[in-house]
Amino acid sequence: METFKKLKAYYWPYKNYFIWSILFMLIVTAITVVYPMILQITIDDAVIGGRYELIPVLAAGFVGFMVVKGICTYIYQYTGDLFGIHSVYKLRNSLYEKLQFLSFRYYDNAKTGDLMSRLTADVEGFRFFLSFGFSELIRFVLLIGISFSVMFYYSVSLTFVTLATLPFLAIVVFKFDKAVHPAFRSIRKSFGKLNTKVQENISGINTVKSLSREEYEIGRFNDSNGDYKDKYLFTSEIWAKYFPLMEFMGNLSVVLLLGYGGYLVMNDSLQPGELVAFYSLVWYIMWPIMNLGFVVNLFSQSKASGERLLEILEAETEIEDKDEAVEIEKLSGEVEFNNVTLRYGDDENEALYDISFKAQPGQIIGLIGSTGSGKTSITQLMTRFYEPVEGQVLIDNRDIKDYSLRSLRSNIGIVLQESFLFSSSIKANISYGNPDATMEEIIDAATRAQAHSYIMELPDGYDTILGERGMGLSGGQKQRIAIARAICVNPSILILDDATSAVDMETEFKIQKALLEVMKGRTTFIIAHRISSLKHADEILVLENGAIAERGTHEQLIKNGGTYQKIYDIQFKDRHKATQTG
Amino acid sequence: MSKKSNAQVLRRFQYSTDQIIDKPFNWQQMLRLFSYMLPYRTTLVPLSIAMVLITTAVRLVIPILIGIYTLDQAVKNKDATMLFWLVALIAGLYASAYIANVFRIRWMNQLGQNVIYDLRRHLFTHVQNLSHRFFDQRSAGSILVRIMNDINSLQELFTNGVINLLMDIVLLVGVFFILFSLSPQLTLAIMIILPIMFLISTKLRKNIRRSWQDVRLKQSKLNSHLNESIQGIRVTQSFTQEKENMVFFDGINEETFQSWKSASQKNAMFRPLVELTNALGTAVLIWYGAHLIQNGTISIGVFVSFAFYLGMFWEPISRLGQVYNQLLMGMASSERIFEFLDEKPIVSEAANPVVLDDIRGEIEFEKVVFSYDDKRTALKGINLKMHAGQTVALVGHTGSGKTTIANLISRFYDPTSGKVLVDGHNLKDISIGSLRKHISIVLQDTFIFSGTIYDNIRFGRPEASEDEVKAAAKAVGASDFIEKLPNGYQTEVEERGNILSVGERQLLSFARALLANPKILIMDEATASIDTETEMKIQKALKTLLNGRTAIIIAHRLSTIREADNIFVLENGLIIERGNHGQLMNSKGEYYHLVQAQFNMLGAV
Repeated sequence: METFKKLKAYYWPYKNYFIWSILFMLIVTAITVVYPMILQITIDDAVIGGRYELIPVLAAGFVGFMVVKGICTYIYQYTGDLFGIHSVYKLRNSLYEKLQFLSFRYYDNAKTGDLMSRLTADVEGFRFFLSFGFSELIRFVLLIGISFSVMFYYSVSLTFVTLATLPFLAIVVFKFDKAVHPAFRSIRKSFGKLNTKVQENISGINTVKSLSREEYEIGRFNDSNGDYKDKYLFTSEIWAKYFPLMEFMGNLSVVLLLGYGGYLVMNDSLQPGELVAFYSLVWYIMWPIMNLGFVVNLFSQSKASGERLLEILEAETEIEDKDEAVEIEKLSGEVEFNNVTLRYGDDENEALYDISFKAQPGQIIGLIGSTGSGKTSITQLMTRFYEPVEGQVLIDNRDIKDYSLRSLRSNIGIVLQESFLFSSSIKANISYGNPDATMEEIIDAATRAQAHSYIMELPDGYDTILGERGMGLSGGQKQRIAIARAICVNPSILILDDATSAVDMETEFKIQKALLEVMKGRTTFIIAHRISSLKHADEILVLENGAIAERGTHEQLIKNGGTYQKIYDIQFKDRHKATQTG
Repeated sequence: MSKKSNAQVLRRFQYSTDQIIDKPFNWQQMLRLFSYMLPYRTTLVPLSIAMVLITTAVRLVIPILIGIYTLDQAVKNKDATMLFWLVALIAGLYASAYIANVFRIRWMNQLGQNVIYDLRRHLFTHVQNLSHRFFDQRSAGSILVRIMNDINSLQELFTNGVINLLMDIVLLVGVFFILFSLSPQLTLAIMIILPIMFLISTKLRKNIRRSWQDVRLKQSKLNSHLNESIQGIRVTQSFTQEKENMVFFDGINEETFQSWKSASQKNAMFRPLVELTNALGTAVLIWYGAHLIQNGTISIGVFVSFAFYLGMFWEPISRLGQVYNQLLMGMASSERIFEFLDEKPIVSEAANPVVLDDIRGEIEFEKVVFSYDDKRTALKGINLKMHAGQTVALVGHTGSGKTTIANLISRFYDPTSGKVLVDGHNLKDISIGSLRKHISIVLQDTFIFSGTIYDNIRFGRPEASEDEVKAAAKAVGASDFIEKLPNGYQTEVEERGNILSVGERQLLSFARALLANPKILIMDEATASIDTETEMKIQKALKTLLNGRTAIIIAHRLSTIREADNIFVLENGLIIERGNHGQLMNSKGEYYHLVQAQFNMLGAV
């Protein structure tokens, strides 16, 4: 119940729907039991008793009852649904808001698939319970209670005899539920595996074809396909074993009812109509009990769903604005690191250790070093995606913690190695960071990123919609849109994190040219592996294992016999050999 | 942010959703779909039908036994012996229905699952052998949806739908005849509810289903955005667009909410209407039935039997409506499935293909012209010869035809005119399987399958032993980083797993290709800027890999180009220069300018 209490904020505002739903459900359930009673009166009083004048009243009364019941059923179901979907609307918005502001650290450890299943399946599970589960529990108690009372009223002994199978039925239901839920889970799991298998095969189809492994892949697919079938058939065996049995037990009750009830009617201690009424009432008790397992399972599942949702809702946002955060429209772009140390996890090694440097507005800083040396970490500290465990990061002589996140980040433009574009028009992608940009500004940004001319060649130009992950564009084209996106916010600080790695050389030249133009007047941080990309930097930091191993300008570094010179020699030896003729 | 209209907010992101709408009924397609049941026509199909008939018969007979015999005769005449035997008979019938039900559920599920299994296998196998073009034109997601979801949506139809159709028709006809024989007048009287029931079951249900489809569509849009917003969260936070995105999300959330609300509203009408119709029937029964009892036309037992049978009308009619709806949806799914199945592979096997057990690896192009789409010509008459064991570099701008040449060698496409020969055989005469067995392609974007490193290397030759895998990894210099991983060769990797760097993936794909041991190796050289240390390793690994094979390299690195035995410089689908690095530099042609230009543009002077 703790879980439901914590989630109260999402459903309690809509409690009125719930209350109405329950009220009308009470009426519906009460009227349900009226049907067998009317049948009984018709047979016993009107027909056998010969009071045929009752008939029109009974028929009309019955229709009247059913009209009321119809209306009540409608209201009961609709308000119940509204209760669920209103709550889910609110819950979804809160989840989304939370997800927008959770820190990088949270996403480092989260899997998209897992988050998605919480946002879809668990939200749905929770809604289903709100709309259906709660009231079903109440209805269950009510229906059985009323049916029992009516049966007792007609004949106590017949009730006991008829329901003699009930304990056995309960046992079967219990066993069935215990067996069937794991089986269902195994179907879902097997389906998930099959899905992954196929997805992987299609995504990697080029690799499959290039090594001509189609037959092998078909074999692996058939294993998963067969497993899914087996799991499904295993589950249907459980159904086959228990479900007819449950029905049979219900039918046995009918047999007992006929035998003993018939005997009672012969002895005149029971009216024939009462016997017929019993026949309906028996099922009002049998069906809910067969469903009991389902409802109980629903409850425990939605509880688990609620817990998983709370895990997101209660996750710590970690990086937030200070109470009196400074709002600044435009920073000038002076960046300073003072003895900064960073660790990603509490018990992990330092990703950065004792980093200090200062970049003047408009300067270009080059960062070079092997994978994992900490180049990207430096840029992620500037944007406050992570916070240092020691030391300070200053921009314009103020600790970046003092700025509001919005004013800090809107002054920094980032181009990442893998350019992520959204499913939207090219126009909207370029103006992503600055939704108010005019068309002129957008075209200007694209032109400066060397993207304008190819965009104009596309059938829909700037209105071309990009698919999943920017499908339909080459790596270089995507990268140039990402660069235009960064320019469009007109940042004071520009970060180019390996921005030209995913493209062929030809495109790289184009992008390099584009970047030269873009860097003017901004403090720029370039992360690169190729010396040619950063040789013009005002200062180059060579990183090794999270620390600065060397620093200086290109001219200084190529002579000092360090790592940089070694890299330089390897990369440029090529060039001398290649350009020699003869 | 300035105030924007609702429509504008909702256009911030745009998602194409695969619409699932039902199609008009199409007999031809239906027959094709049901042909998948043919293999079971002598086994599971008749068995299931037999079981269904038994259970249906029991259900039909019991109300008569209860009404006419038990109430009207045994109880009325106080005949205890008859009552006993009747009760025993009913118990016996229930028991046989129980047994029939066990087998019905078992066999019907087996039938359904076998059909689904066959259909899915057929589709996957077919898709697997389709050409590159097929995959280029579609997103992975849309192919996945057909293999998984479209086929699954037929599951219910094949498991229960078809058989139930039969059962329900038998049940309806049976009930009608029994009622009619009991009392024609009363039967006709209560038949007035039938048309209403049919109407609700088909029209209203269809209407409701449409609304739910709309809900699903809206939800899938919502989910697409959620998925994208999680994957792109780093971009969003970098550009501080959290609040703007929330406005968008609220918009689609509201859309979903409204669509759901209207679907619920329609849905909530369904049950009351059904029950009201039933009530109408019952009212007619009470009023007219009592009247008939009064004038002695029917007995109380007949009246009670009618009450039971009346309750039995709704179920088959409801299910028929359901099957009808399933069929319409099945039309949409099967149309999409058949669209894929009708797709023909672009290259086809020769009638009597030559099987090459071993090849030398000599490749020749004779006047090869090729066009992907009959509009633009990608290759405009290529003549070239690659000797066995040579390393050949293809150089040129994007779109000059380098990749096309590679695609033709693997016979992913056939030339529009001209011939491609391997060891003097025209590719069209060689069995595709035996050709590709000798060719490996190392791609720019190395795909890592989820599994262990070991499995990934072994992908090119699954039967390779552990030692062979390790030897291959060692030969290309991948063993260093693999052994540093927490579980070495047994480390689990994933498609987008960040465990491996770009360079490491590249080395892994080298090991994969080396293990496959092809005679012809095609390489689309990766250009990702890798740190210099890894770069050196790759250079070294390349030498090992190329040794003793005919290698065609779509080259970007100068070091590779320089060491090639032969360089073809391509422009607009033509070879404009050929020769080795020294020769081409001396002739100071296009190649020379290309090399110079590259360095100048990189600013490496």
